Amino acid sequence: MSDPTVFDLAVIGAGPAGCAAAIAAAEAGARVVLFDEQEEAGGQIYRAPRTPAGRACVERDGETLRSTLAASDVALRLGRRIWSVTERFRIDALGPDGPETVRAQALVAATGAYERIVPFPGWTLPGVIGLAAATVLLKTEGRVPGRRIVVAGAGPLLAAVAAKILAAGGCVVGLVDVSSPADWLRATPRLATKPSLLAQGAAWAARIAAARVPVLFGHAVVAAEGETALTRVGVAPLSRNGAPDLARLRWEEADVMAVGNGLVPGGEIAKVLRAEHVHVPERGGWVPKRDRWGRTTIPRLYAAGDGAGIAGAGPAARTGRLAGLAAAHDLGFSGAEAVEVAGRTAFREAGRDRRFSDAVSRLMMPRAGQIAAVPAETVVCRCEDVTRAEIEEAVQAGARTLDQVKAFTRCGMGPCQGRMCGETAGDIVTLQVGTRGAVGWWTGRPPLRPVPLADLVGTFDYGDIPVPKPAPL
Amino acid sequence: MIPSYDLAVVGAGVHGGTVALLCARAGLKTVLVERGDLFREASGVNAGTLTMQMTRVALIPYALRAHAMWASARDWLGHDVGVVVCDGLSLAFTEGEEELLAYRAGRRREAGAPIELVGPARAAEIEPGLGPGVRLAGYCRVDGFANAYLSGLAYGAALREAGVAIRDNTPVTAVEPSGGGYALTTKTGETIRARRIVLAGGVWLEPMLSWFGLRVPIKVLVNQLGVTERMAPVMRTVVGIASGLLSLKQYPHGTVVIGGGWQGRGDRERGGVELAPESLIGNIRLACHAVPGLAASRLARAWAGLEAETADALPIAGPIPGHEDAYAIGSVHSGYTSGPYIAALLADRILGREPALPLFPLDRLLAEPAPTVPA
Ligand SMILES: Cc1cc2nc3c(=O)[nH]c(=O)nc-3n(C[C@H](O)[C@H](O)[C@H](O)COP(=O)(O)OP(=O)(O)OC[C@H]3O[C@@H](n4cnc5c(N)ncnc54)[C@H](O)[C@@H]3O)c2cc1C
Repeated sequence: MSDPTVFDLAVIGAGPAGCAAAIAAAEAGARVVLFDEQEEAGGQIYRAPRTPAGRACVERDGETLRSTLAASDVALRLGRRIWSVTERFRIDALGPDGPETVRAQALVAATGAYERIVPFPGWTLPGVIGLAAATVLLKTEGRVPGRRIVVAGAGPLLAAVAAKILAAGGCVVGLVDVSSPADWLRATPRLATKPSLLAQGAAWAARIAAARVPVLFGHAVVAAEGETALTRVGVAPLSRNGAPDLARLRWEEADVMAVGNGLVPGGEIAKVLRAEHVHVPERGGWVPKRDRWGRTTIPRLYAAGDGAGIAGAGPAARTGRLAGLAAAHDLGFSGAEAVEVAGRTAFREAGRDRRFSDAVSRLMMPRAGQIAAVPAETVVCRCEDVTRAEIEEAVQAGARTLDQVKAFTRCGMGPCQGRMCGETAGDIVTLQVGTRGAVGWWTGRPPLRPVPLADLVGTFDYGDIPVPKPAPL
Repeated sequence: MIPSYDLAVVGAGVHGGTVALLCARAGLKTVLVERGDLFREASGVNAGTLTMQMTRVALIPYALRAHAMWASARDWLGHDVGVVVCDGLSLAFTEGEEELLAYRAGRRREAGAPIELVGPARAAEIEPGLGPGVRLAGYCRVDGFANAYLSGLAYGAALREAGVAIRDNTPVTAVEPSGGGYALTTKTGETIRARRIVLAGGVWLEPMLSWFGLRVPIKVLVNQLGVTERMAPVMRTVVGIASGLLSLKQYPHGTVVIGGGWQGRGDRERGGVELAPESLIGNIRLACHAVPGLAASRLARAWAGLEAETADALPIAGPIPGHEDAYAIGSVHSGYTSGPYIAALLADRILGREPALPLFPLDRLLAEPAPTVPA
């Protein structure tokens, strides 16, 4: 029997990108292990439903993906919290039976994206949730998150969430979209390059119109209020650069607001392994430098999917497949020619994907004026309660980089490790001191997710701890 | 060309930062040149423990005086580094550790550290968070910790107030004697001229000294640390073990920093780039064994930093042999604790005052004989 702790390729993240990578490499003959935190493969988009109500709105593609994976030779390690990736490559995870260590020659990081929220006063109140969190509730539990719901932010996810809430019998009292009608008009020709997705968008829009949901284009949420939980939402129109016109502020009563301002690549693995990164706002922020196959600057480390740059589910599967093919090739499982042939179709699709996802990205990206208008006393880092004013004081005190701002303020030091606030903090510092490139990103640090000490240490004998030699006296 | 500064200090850690501050306050026109951000290497990422029980015996007299400086940092530095003065315990769980502890505590006590040995019951009174199995403990009232990541903020403000010209993100690439002083070349091709120079480069002292044609091997230790999320109080003292491979304390905001010098991977060129997961687990096992309440928390972050060590594991602090008005400082074991005092001694020497305790001359470490003084 082959060693269950040693593989040719490890893939982290079982969304469309990771699954495609794992399957492609396994088909080429590589021994592949696929990890994910979730109990089932599918990632955010094809999240497996947990309740009957959730199953009613299941996406067929997710089921197809899961059955293809089940039929493949890929070793599945789901429900694993990966906390450390080192040494090209040693992967440490906490699983249902405790700590697990796996070694692999090559690694595909396909860890997806997380949501960005441009902070406004009150955004940390109970009742304010992310669009992604709303999607999770709807998909896995078929549950409507509140009674009077405002859906706000930017990008196609807005209409998707609003339509799903309506379909599940919920009440959407307002849809607040940063994009103006002109923004949407400009995007349409590019969105039309993917007719099926455009049609889906139109169906959502029709449902929203049928329910007579008030839609405010070119508006943003500028405040959320409530004694102990959300009771009302303040909304204002935006100027062309995104600055809100507070003179025209108006209030909407709501007990839940789902809000999101686009996505940020969840690229911790490539950062912890010190791959080179570049800041590409259209791709959601810092992305690893890659060749067209997904090879990063670290040998045998590949990055694919939204974790390597926001582009959506279609491109994620394509970049995943390319990374899987490249890894199999680099490990000697398939000849250069076979890989070229297999990759050709994917490259052809790339151009079309690109135009579509660029258009979506432009709709989602926070506008410059939005960041500039975040009030001074607004919390930016919610884990550590750090306000915009405190970040700017740190800059006044000489901080020039995000790492130094972190040291001066604790911004980004909390349990989320700066995932929530990093892009906004980076933008705010940049407004004072130059470029995002110079301001940089927090140095990648393990653990990739917070891990309970009790699980890390397990049961042990004091005498068995390999204590190193004492320092000289 | 006439030097524009009386003193150039290269390297903004606790050593360079303190020398620059004290010399500027004494009237020298001072520039502090730092490759990256202020206090972002060892002096900003260390565990901040201010303890005698991990300090080398030869450094105890220095560390005691330095501890008093940290305790009064708000007065002389003028800014807060989050210093907490509290009791410290060094634990022994095995017979071997008991022997080691008794010996080491004795030697440190002879050197002046007020360490007494106490039994398990007394130890548990001092630190109610301790787990079972303690056989003996070294108890020292002169202990505590600082919040190392605040050093850059605090020193930055103090340095600015003292009129030090701060040149951060400015790597120095070469130093040459020039016109009755030194000319420092920076990576951007700029030249900074100063009458005197202090090299305070931490683990980078080795390449810095090569600017003077000297070869002084300096070992690079890659120390790992971990920190928990904020948690309810589980301990009130600084806790270590006899071997020195554990240091543990809870900050007022609730996080617990777990250290002790377990080694990660990295080097001078790349920094502390990688944590060794098995070492991290070993370190955390020691921590949870000593203070079981910790196990209820989650590990939020772990990192590694570089600590310098000379051939005899004793510091460098003194003139650079063969070069007038040039000095080097660093490689101080547990150097965050002792750094401010040893730097103050060097500042005295630079300012023409007699240092109160001996410096640590570089001559003993030279791999090759020092060149003769140029005419
Ligand atoms: C993880 C860790 C934990 C530790 N824990 C403790 C503890 O709990 N208690 C304790 O007392 N000690 C501790 N230490 C030791 C202590 O941190 C160090 O001894 C001390 O900070 C060293 O200070 P320094 O100024 O000599 O070096 P550093 O702080 O490293 O400063 C040197 C500076 O020189 C700069 N530099 C290098 N090359 C150039 C160049 N070419 N041009 C310009 N600038 C340059 C560097 O960027 C750096 O900022 C720890 C060390 C580490 C790494």
